[in-house]
Amino acid sequence: MARMNMIQAIRDALDVKMAEDDNVVVFGEDVGYFGGVFRATQGLQEKYGKSRVFDTPISELGIIGAAVGMGAYGLRPVPEIQFADYMLPAYDQIASEAARLRYRSSGEFNSPITVRAPCGGGIFGGQTHSQSPEALFTHVAGLKTVIPSNPYDAKGLLIAAIEDDDPVIFLEPKRLYKGPFNGYHDRPGTPWSDHDASEVPEGHYTVPLAKAAITRTGEDVTVLAYGTMVHVAATAVEESGIDAEIIDLRTLLPLDEETIEASVKKTGRCVIVHEATRTSGFGGELMAVVLEHCFHYLESPIKRVTGWDTPYPHAQEWDYFPGPGRIARALRRVMEP
Amino acid sequence: MTESNPLSLQVPEPISRPGDQPDFSYVNVPPAGSTRRPEVDCAPDSIKDLAFDLISVLDGKGEAVGPWAMDLNDEFLLKGLRVMEKTRVFDERMLMAQRQGKTSIYVQCRGEEAIACAQRMALEKGDMCFPTYRQQGLLIAQDFPIVDMICQIYSNAKDKLGGRSLPFFYSERDYGFFSISGNLGTQFMQAVGWAMASAIKGDTRIASAWIGDGSTAENDFHAALVFASVYKPPVVLNVVNNQWAISSFQGMAGGQAANFACRGHGYNIPSLRVDGNDFLAVYAASNWAIERARRNLGPTLIEWVTYRAAAHSTSDDPSKYRPRDEFKAWPLGDPIERLKTHLINKGIWDEKRHTAMTDELRNEVRAAAKEAETHGTLGKGPVPGVDKMFDHVYKEMPAHLQRQRKQAGL
Repeated sequence: MARMNMIQAIRDALDVKMAEDDNVVVFGEDVGYFGGVFRATQGLQEKYGKSRVFDTPISELGIIGAAVGMGAYGLRPVPEIQFADYMLPAYDQIASEAARLRYRSSGEFNSPITVRAPCGGGIFGGQTHSQSPEALFTHVAGLKTVIPSNPYDAKGLLIAAIEDDDPVIFLEPKRLYKGPFNGYHDRPGTPWSDHDASEVPEGHYTVPLAKAAITRTGEDVTVLAYGTMVHVAATAVEESGIDAEIIDLRTLLPLDEETIEASVKKTGRCVIVHEATRTSGFGGELMAVVLEHCFHYLESPIKRVTGWDTPYPHAQEWDYFPGPGRIARALRRVMEP
Repeated sequence: MTESNPLSLQVPEPISRPGDQPDFSYVNVPPAGSTRRPEVDCAPDSIKDLAFDLISVLDGKGEAVGPWAMDLNDEFLLKGLRVMEKTRVFDERMLMAQRQGKTSIYVQCRGEEAIACAQRMALEKGDMCFPTYRQQGLLIAQDFPIVDMICQIYSNAKDKLGGRSLPFFYSERDYGFFSISGNLGTQFMQAVGWAMASAIKGDTRIASAWIGDGSTAENDFHAALVFASVYKPPVVLNVVNNQWAISSFQGMAGGQAANFACRGHGYNIPSLRVDGNDFLAVYAASNWAIERARRNLGPTLIEWVTYRAAAHSTSDDPSKYRPRDEFKAWPLGDPIERLKTHLINKGIWDEKRHTAMTDELRNEVRAAAKEAETHGTLGKGPVPGVDKMFDHVYKEMPAHLQRQRKQAGL
């Protein structure tokens, strides 16, 4: 089995699907000859030709609009939006068109599109290269939203997303591309090769959508997280010494409510962590789900640790980012008698 | 030193408002037949004048004149007349049905029938149209079963779309009719994507994109032109300039500053301005653009100059914003009358036969409406099941929707 970082795993998933299925096409800004600003599509144009891997004009609405048309034709487009922040110009084509085409046409047309986009902060990307817009997509009926947290899942989830006949928003935490992130930007990072989840099988395999993973079992508190925050939460758990169970949601919609319910009923406590802004963030939905299923099992109020309700600042990035310190404080608070 | 006067915002106004004399002096109408017909593989920049000219075939006397006049057989021409008349009769019936409460809203294409009907007759089976609101002629020209259209309009138990979509938002894949959206302009870019897919797969089918003058202001229009210019996919880019977008005249989309056809020039896309009320001109220009697409020569932009003779929809009252009798002054006349006159001149048609045909079509549409009614009308009689509300959100219903379905009592 090969050791891969997340970029390599994503590229491998694209390679596997492009080799298997002539209908898979990859396009976006800078993805062709250059191979993408994060190199996720490097070498694919050379291997599969310019009509299946190509650059596009700087028009996210055009990219997704083209994908909807291609999907209606029968292709399986995997467009890349260079940064998740730029999905807003394409929002109408995603939320009103791709998401509803099946419903609108009673299944006569569908949108088997996987929209890949790097999300999240931690690379000094400022307000427009750091956002986590997942809640804009989980609020839309007809979409699926996926955020992997490691190379193994990234490849398996991406293959599953491409094979899915509904539109999937595939958000890639860019801080995790090269290595897992413990939340301390001022300490030396570790490469993916030191991490078990960098063992990526060759060829085709899938990680099912709508299924969460328990990345650490524990008895005292359930931590709900996804993407980068799975790793940051792990640091906080380790430092606090609290026996937490960490659930990596992996797919936000459809949400694996069963796994959440079983865990919170066991632990009786819950901390929700995400990098996106707090108000109307996905954490609010998670909190509602926990309350609906587990109210009588809760021994303390649920805590949310999130980005502040401000735009993502540049110089103050690490004061904005919900780091291990803030998560550990929340863990200690929910454990208070 | 430059003098600094106070600035002022310029908000365009149409020439005529209610109570004014209709004035279409802004519509450039050169004599029929005077516009040249270039080869389909001409260089786009060699035909820039055609975006400002007007391709017409039928002159004021109903004669087919000039280089765009094609040799079409009688049967074909009579079919053209019939499907246009059928479209109008269908609209009249559905307007009445809406007034009788059988549906919530209806949109007629009165005055614009030639455009969708003639273009569809120039397309081939397998080609895909991405229509907007006034292209019912695309279905009717293919003898689509109108009872199915009415069932959809009535949102009844036999509505294929399960009652979930607005009336006239048809989706008919087998008839090359893409599912209509209410978010204007989105289909224009999607058509370009579909055409790109056809080219990627080495197919022979082409796409036809439709947008109104008002919706060209949407970003999708610009994106579609950029992508069409870059990848040169097989697509016909139709702009139906019917002068009005609800109450906003075409100048509100920039039509006073520059017409819609000439917008193609910035992208080096061959662009034609065509008399949209002239069935023969619509067919000929469509044919030209379709041949270009089919021969892998790329996209063509066509501005169809026409007039929205009816209200925007049954919820609209145009007498509040434009002269009541404006259509009578419209310089390009009525598409059905013009083709009818031509066929009478040719000696293959007469008023008596036309009246008989119209009666026959009225009976056919009435019978279809009655049949549709046996399957219910909006909210009355057999209606689509509430369970349909939860279908087709996803291919397979996820757990959360299954729970909500139960909560809804299903």
